[in-house]
Amino acid sequence: MDRRDFLRISCATGLCSAIPRVAFARAATENRLVFLILRGGLDGLHALAPYADPAYRRFRPKLALERTGADDSVVDLDGYFGLHPSLAPLHKLYERGEMLLIPAATTRYRDRSHFDGQNLLENGSGIPYGARDGWLNRAISKLGNSDQRLGLSFGPTLPLLMQGEAKIATWSESPLPKPDEDFLTRLAFMYEDDPDFARTLEEARGSFSASMVEMGGRARRGEEFQRAAKAASQILSREDGPRIAVMESQGWDTHFGQNWRLAALLDELAAGLMALTNGLDEIWAQTTIVVVSEFGRTAAENGSQGTDHGVGGLAMLLGGKVNGGRIGGNWPGLTGAALYEGRDVLPTTDYESLFKAVLIERLGLSQAVVEDRVFPSSRMIRPSEGLFK
Amino acid sequence: MQNIATFIALNRFGLGVGPEEARAVDRDPRGWIQDQIQPRQEISPMLAQFPGASEINKEIHKARISGSQELRKTVRRKYREVFVTELVARARHHVQTPSPFAERMVLFWSNHFTVSRTKGIVGPTLPAFEREAIRPHIFGRFEDMLSAVASHPSMLAYLDNNISVGPNSLAGRRIGRGLNENLAREILELHTLGVNGGYGQDDVREFARALTGWTHAGTVPKRQKTIKSGAFEFRQAMHEPGPKTVLGKTYREDGMNEAKAILKDLAGHSATSRHIATKIARHFIADAPPKSAIDRLAKVFADERGDLAAVSKALVNLEEVWADPAPKVKTPYELVISVLRALGSAEPDRAMLHLPLRTMGHEPFNAPSPQGWPDMADHWLAPEALLRRIEWVRAISGRLAIDQPPSELMDRLIGPIASDNTRFMVDRAPSGDAAVALILASSEFQRR
Repeated sequence: MDRRDFLRISCATGLCSAIPRVAFARAATENRLVFLILRGGLDGLHALAPYADPAYRRFRPKLALERTGADDSVVDLDGYFGLHPSLAPLHKLYERGEMLLIPAATTRYRDRSHFDGQNLLENGSGIPYGARDGWLNRAISKLGNSDQRLGLSFGPTLPLLMQGEAKIATWSESPLPKPDEDFLTRLAFMYEDDPDFARTLEEARGSFSASMVEMGGRARRGEEFQRAAKAASQILSREDGPRIAVMESQGWDTHFGQNWRLAALLDELAAGLMALTNGLDEIWAQTTIVVVSEFGRTAAENGSQGTDHGVGGLAMLLGGKVNGGRIGGNWPGLTGAALYEGRDVLPTTDYESLFKAVLIERLGLSQAVVEDRVFPSSRMIRPSEGLFK
Repeated sequence: MQNIATFIALNRFGLGVGPEEARAVDRDPRGWIQDQIQPRQEISPMLAQFPGASEINKEIHKARISGSQELRKTVRRKYREVFVTELVARARHHVQTPSPFAERMVLFWSNHFTVSRTKGIVGPTLPAFEREAIRPHIFGRFEDMLSAVASHPSMLAYLDNNISVGPNSLAGRRIGRGLNENLAREILELHTLGVNGGYGQDDVREFARALTGWTHAGTVPKRQKTIKSGAFEFRQAMHEPGPKTVLGKTYREDGMNEAKAILKDLAGHSATSRHIATKIARHFIADAPPKSAIDRLAKVFADERGDLAAVSKALVNLEEVWADPAPKVKTPYELVISVLRALGSAEPDRAMLHLPLRTMGHEPFNAPSPQGWPDMADHWLAPEALLRRIEWVRAISGRLAIDQPPSELMDRLIGPIASDNTRFMVDRAPSGDAAVALILASSEFQRR
């Protein structure tokens, strides 16, 4: 029985009021998790290129990144893999041993639909639309008492990953004037007959107001992620604030013109990750950042200097305690026999095994809760070992 | 407004209560909807004045190959202006139209066949796409709409088919380019069969091979000097030769006609009936629609061979539609249009539209992916999203001239379903504009 279940039972038996409130004052965890979803299917072979592999060059005559030496060449990591030049700002994290890159990683999903792939990534049941809530929300609901919002989400809407029973703090910028409290109180009374609206308004009112975050300047298109990262690091730094943030970035579906499109997107990604890293500097040892995408892309370039939907992709872990400075997982290579269905990078690491390790080792959830509640019926996927120092 | 059926007709089928409509609709809510189901759709003069996709495409691509940065900038600026002007005209049309059910269907199908400005070069042509490929077919045949969409330059460019080349075609062998399977996959997954519709990776590939050569005339290399049009064009030189096998059926080599035949078969496939019926039922009945309703709509869709007028009539006659007064949460766009209709603000300007739609994350033709905007409350009724709605209706209530006492406005807009709490709070609001804002922020008004 975890603490939350205990509370439920004790409240049900009338013991609730006997428990002193101070018992809950400390947050369930002091560690921070930022979970970033790159929507559209990041081409892992472009972000982390096996640039020294002749097969990579054969598959990608037009897209392959330059070898070391040229101006726009990869940032060599181990003589075989190199980072896309736009990710160069992250190289120092890698050198400090605080960034772990895992190629050939993806969820249990093996088909190639964005929408099913994202749904499965977020619902955690192992099948598209297999659960109506998100696995991270389920994990949060197992972490602490429900009064404290441990989760944080950005933008006007709530990603599936954060939907569910646990209340989530939300933040987005608004150019509109904030209505006074009296108006909201009247409205809350009106919403009593409509549980969906009542609950949503209650959640919104108990959340962070934009004024609690120092942003400066106006949001411009293309800067949303960087600004959200800046806000995230401020909110996550608060002692009484949320611990787990979900962020999203759009536009990774590069069927054409991949070289210039990914250069721009990876620039934004690097800038956002650096904003997080700098903003969370003081609690960096407690911080873990996870970057994933719903699937990888074809090993070979397509006919329009892009890549089509594939399977094995990339996972990135960053943080003060991440056992990084290395390429993790088992790289299957790009020989014809090693490819999944003869076209995609063969997945050798399940994202879920990474997520499980993060929840257990960094957020302190028990393995039983993670395997039975957060990712139901997934015991065949073992939590990854050695991700953290 | 007298009864719940009127509320449903005006809000779930229409785009909200307009200045004079309710009384006329009260007499026969179902008939009011049925009368709008006209297979022949005239384009309103408000929209017909705007340029077609071919013309826009031609100018944009002409500028692209001209080598002049100045010209490219000028053309881009010109069509950004045209785009925004048409969006304003389109919104005004949505506010003023006497056939809001037809307009809702345009919005529904436009979202089903999403094209999005997130891909910059197609942006300026998107209102034209809706006018040319969607609007004429909303009460016509699904097959015709599918064919118009799949061959429209905006869709061909949005999903990269204009640059998909058969590896063994003349062009493929000469310039070494190849297939792009984006359009083929999304037609199967999103537009027709649905993701569980029984196709596999091989079908995607084969369909993509059949679609090679479907492009538009603006797709030319930079070295080419002239562009004659920006319309659909089939290029044999890009077309992959040989037979193609999709869903177990082999289509012999026949140039452009292969993909035409495949599209026709996809439109008539039972998985397509089911997929479309589910989406319509979700839009008009509930986020999780009853199976009985889906079955009925799918049967009509199949029996009537994709006749969308017949499907729409069947929809109006479903008992499930009339069971619950307001099961759906309005999207931000629906909310904005319904507020403008409610307050008699027939001529919204661009600032009035842009601010709320951008802030609430629902700018027209800006869906984040080819899947389009979600049609579920889970997405639109999130904490920050609800705050933005409340902030906006509060702000606009103080700005628009209201020529009706709040209690009358309440009766007119949400009368048949207003809860006791809502009536209590509106009657005791501290000011007139606060009362109006409470009406517009009420869940009765925010739903449909």
